[in-house]
Amino acid sequence: MSAVMPTEPATASPAMRRAKSISERLLYLWYLSRRSPLTLVGAAIILLVLFMIIAAPMIAPYNPDKVSLTARLLPPSAVHWFGTDEVGRDLFSRVIYGARASCGAAFMIVLISMLVGVLIGCFSGVVGGRVDTAIMRLMDVVLALPALVLAMALAAALGPSLFNSMLAVAIVRIPAYVRLARGQTLSLREQVFVKASRTFGASPFYILRWHILPNAMSPIIVQATLDLGGVVLIAAALSFIGLGAQPPTAEWGALVSSGRSYMLDQWWYATFPGLAILITAMGCNLVGDGIRDMLDPRLRGR
Amino acid sequence: MAITRIIIPRLVLLLFVVLGVAIITFTISHLIPGDPARMIAGDRASAETLENVRRNLGLDRPVVEQFTIYIGNLLQGDLGTSLRTNRPVAGDIRTFLPATLELGSVALFIAICLGVPLGVLSAVYKDGPIDQIARTVSVCGISMPVFWFGLILIYLFYAKFQILPGSGRLAMGIVAPERITGFLLIDSLLQGRFDAFRSAVYHIILPGFVLAFANMGVITRQIRASMLDVLQEDYIRTARASGLRKRMIIFNYALRNALIPSITLLGLALGDLLYGAVLTETIFAWPGMGTYVVTSIQTLDFPAIMGFTIVASIGYVLINLLVDLAYMLADPQIREV
Repeated sequence: MSAVMPTEPATASPAMRRAKSISERLLYLWYLSRRSPLTLVGAAIILLVLFMIIAAPMIAPYNPDKVSLTARLLPPSAVHWFGTDEVGRDLFSRVIYGARASCGAAFMIVLISMLVGVLIGCFSGVVGGRVDTAIMRLMDVVLALPALVLAMALAAALGPSLFNSMLAVAIVRIPAYVRLARGQTLSLREQVFVKASRTFGASPFYILRWHILPNAMSPIIVQATLDLGGVVLIAAALSFIGLGAQPPTAEWGALVSSGRSYMLDQWWYATFPGLAILITAMGCNLVGDGIRDMLDPRLRGR
Repeated sequence: MAITRIIIPRLVLLLFVVLGVAIITFTISHLIPGDPARMIAGDRASAETLENVRRNLGLDRPVVEQFTIYIGNLLQGDLGTSLRTNRPVAGDIRTFLPATLELGSVALFIAICLGVPLGVLSAVYKDGPIDQIARTVSVCGISMPVFWFGLILIYLFYAKFQILPGSGRLAMGIVAPERITGFLLIDSLLQGRFDAFRSAVYHIILPGFVLAFANMGVITRQIRASMLDVLQEDYIRTARASGLRKRMIIFNYALRNALIPSITLLGLALGDLLYGAVLTETIFAWPGMGTYVVTSIQTLDFPAIMGFTIVASIGYVLINLLVDLAYMLADPQIREV
């Protein structure tokens, strides 16, 4: 990110400099994203989903778990916007609350795999030598395998639950971050400012914490944003085949799964939760693409 | 020669990958909560029967020895016995594999036929309305939950308009052609069974398209990106300056070079295809590996799940090796390194 920004005058106080740089960054992002309307659409979607997650109790017209046997499988109407399910729960409310489970799971998966991957990658890069070789060969092996099939096997072995499926997907996503973080560490290690710091007697831990991590973070965060859309889909898919969130939970994949048996007569049951998955994944992918294009200097001039 | 220098490390990696998968699946099968001997013998089995089952399975031996036996069996193509069907997993996989391969090939074909032209159009008319539409379609494909898309198409084309079948590989009442390749589209033609061919074509349209759609998005995006790169090259400007027709420049000059980096992507796309096939088959009751593995997951049939994982992983790694070789053959710059 730092390479993108114009350099600030050295006279400004750190606080001022930071404030200026943040507002400048935002302005610059705004300028860039105006050139690609799709990125703005994606950002709007993400904001909407975030709003749904935070304000679910306020937006949802009904309690998502409230059973009402007199209102079973009602079609969409002014009272129940998305209709109701087989025990009369309001689907609009369930889809809104489902954002918490679905997006929460996706976010946790990316966060866990990123944290663990970056830790292993930086460690591997700093230590070097045989340990580094061993770690990287192991990662090569895992990367060479079809990740999602492996995640399915792992989730099946751990037992079907939302937490286990999250763990399984997070594990197979770790190697990508290890590689990225190690690459960053190796190139940063040779930079003059890191070498200078080492000459002044800084400990490897200090260098890692204050020089390598902050500078390695931006490509890693871009990768994480790009991952998010795919992970939303995977988490929902695992729930759909019965490996993730279990039915009474309001989770989008699980909702589509229970709506499946009613598809032919009650189309709304599976349609709306699936639409939520599609739109959310689209928002993440659009923003991820946008950020990547902004940071890719080759594409900027075009 | 340069090629051998590139191939040999890959073959070594392949060996490690196969060993790695074996270790992973072996560990997973031993991590499962519950006693496999109890699962086979049943709840009411006596202690003696349990002991016998355990001895037959080799579960009473040290873990290292068990692992050696496991590897030995793997090398002989023995993937264990399915707890659900009570048949050898390898045989089950052989039965179900062709259906998946057929679906996958058709989907890949559709994805390439739609994705490449869309990517080219998108790059040639960059930032114009065509580009925006193509990019939206491609993002839709990448973000599409396959299982949901399948349900929606079944609802529309099977339940509402009633123009396409929604499940299986053949209509009821049509006898399957004798198995030669296991690909119904090929087998029925070989035996002149046009009724079966017609039915098979109708049945593969929906699942083939569903599976193709996501991959089409990835292909469009890749072709667009590499076309944009290539179109900036000097030789394109030269070609344009010499007054060549636009169509000729795009297809003969730009696309041919833009396809080279896309070959690598093809190998990676196969991973998505494999995973998408699992979901698509479940939706369309397609009797392939995907349906087999999902049923196995739902019945906790671990030998079957692990057998599938091993076969899928090895197949994936082998195909990626072939893809890399194709890449080297296609790009003379790499060949001569």
